[in-house]
Amino acid sequence: MRADILAGLNAERAARRAAILVTAIPDGGQRLVREADIPGDPLADVLARHLAQGKSGLATLPDGRQAFLTVQVPPVRLVVVGAVHISQGMVPMAASLDLALTVIDPRTAFATPERFPGVDLVAEWPDGALGGRVPALDRYCALAALTHDPKIDDPALAAALRAGCFYIGALGSRKTHAARVERLTQAGFTQAEVGRIRAPIGLAIGAVSPAEIALAVLAEIVAELRRAPRPEGP
Amino acid sequence: MLSTDTDILSAAEAWRGEGRAVALATVIETWGSAPRPVGSHLVIDGGGNFLGSVSGGCVEGAVIVEAAEVIEDGRPRVLEFGVADETAWRAGLSCGGRIRVFVERID
Repeated sequence: MRADILAGLNAERAARRAAILVTAIPDGGQRLVREADIPGDPLADVLARHLAQGKSGLATLPDGRQAFLTVQVPPVRLVVVGAVHISQGMVPMAASLDLALTVIDPRTAFATPERFPGVDLVAEWPDGALGGRVPALDRYCALAALTHDPKIDDPALAAALRAGCFYIGALGSRKTHAARVERLTQAGFTQAEVGRIRAPIGLAIGAVSPAEIALAVLAEIVAELRRAPRPEGP
Repeated sequence: MLSTDTDILSAAEAWRGEGRAVALATVIETWGSAPRPVGSHLVIDGGGNFLGSVSGGCVEGAVIVEAAEVIEDGRPRVLEFGVADETAWRAGLSCGGRIRVFVERID
């Protein structure tokens, strides 16, 4: 491997961008395909499929030769706005799904270590926390807004839309969401952008308890994560 | 702790940057109960120092020997270890697993 290709691969990882190293087997010819370049690549289909699964592996090229695809995908982060009962239910489930969870809620009565032991908990307003105490959102983040309070949820949803998070969900009835769509549209987001917000949040499994809603939301996140190909960036 | 496969790639870059001769081994295919998944890396320098693993200890010795040759001649190669392979049997892949490992020099 050329040292500059290795350095490029490491640089993409450091920047939390996905990349795939294509190595011809057995002769070792190599090239690095950055995520942004995949749609225009001759191997777009196979690369997109491997990227969605997040798995390295052998692939057969159109010319019949074999190549090994080293797939490098940034670890997925889950940012939940609202230190509420549903978020508490998400804690153990997110851990077993390898989702790095951060809970943000400026209401200090909710955001207490007693309610969220061992969780990355930030008692700040989302717009102050994101890009500050919490690393800025990116495409490999899922954001779930669960406070029901537009003052808290809306800025987080706006940040998630701007960052192109792969999943954006918001708790609330259809009526609540209609009002939210109205506010975000007023704020300058297009219909297509606002349409990316999943509401009502979670897969339709008839969830009733907070833990069941947590399960529905996480299932929706996994479904979106594993869907190939990935949504276009912002 | 240098444990994940991505850390191994950072180490490979750092070692090369220090002017050391470096080879990278990658698990490209597994069958049966292979101990390390596809994509696992082992980085080896010209002095035989290594980081990471391709098998959890079973065939690292053989890979390191091959890596020295790859560092020498610069020609990448694919190594295969499995129960049908005497070396692998001696090396301890008696679990029934088989792996293919690609070894290349960092130039």
